[in-house]
Amino acid sequence: MSVSGITRASRAHPGFVAALIHRLSGLALAIFLPLHFLSLGLALETESFAGFVAWTNQPLVKVSEALMVSALAVHFAGGLRLLAVEFFGLTRALSLWIALAFAFGLGVGVLFLMRAF
Amino acid sequence: MTPLSYLLQRGTAMFMAPLIIIHLIVIIMAVQGGLSAEEILARTRGSIVWGSFYGVFVFAAAIHAGIGVQTVLREWTPLGRLASANIGHTLITILWVLGARAVYAVVWA
Repeated sequence: MSVSGITRASRAHPGFVAALIHRLSGLALAIFLPLHFLSLGLALETESFAGFVAWTNQPLVKVSEALMVSALAVHFAGGLRLLAVEFFGLTRALSLWIALAFAFGLGVGVLFLMRAF
Repeated sequence: MTPLSYLLQRGTAMFMAPLIIIHLIVIIMAVQGGLSAEEILARTRGSIVWGSFYGVFVFAAAIHAGIGVQTVLREWTPLGRLASANIGHTLITILWVLGARAVYAVVWA
């Protein structure tokens, strides 16, 4: 197999997809965190905090929040899988655990949407 | 990733696992019927339990995020080891300050 063939094959591997999604969800959370902390810091003035929280009840904001909640849940579940692989020698049923981690993340996001609307 | 970064990254991950479960449960419970500032602050204001919970959560999350971003920058951008580390450490410091300010705002202000 050529080098590019090996690269393509390894990128089709569930472990590659899992690592990529873990990294992208982590980046999204790292970008979101300072904004999250800044908006909570508005509680130093009760009025501006009330205005901000009221603003978050718009449908588009709720959907964005659902995406962040999903990112947190996917990053959490993917991270647990990673810890299990590194510290508890989990190697079998790789795809199953990856699929379960994604399902957990999506499930939490859907649950958030169902409760939010 | 240095051995210290690796240990801090995995250590904060393990430490935060139960905190994230609680955070997700609180989010899902709180969002029902729409969020309001009174509802959030009624839960957090003056609460030593929530103040400690979010305090240690923010402290660990800042370290975890800073090391993660540092690793991504080094692997995915032309930035060298030192520049990536400097950005990562700056992010940790910013998140500590903003996070502590957020916890103070919702618990003690």
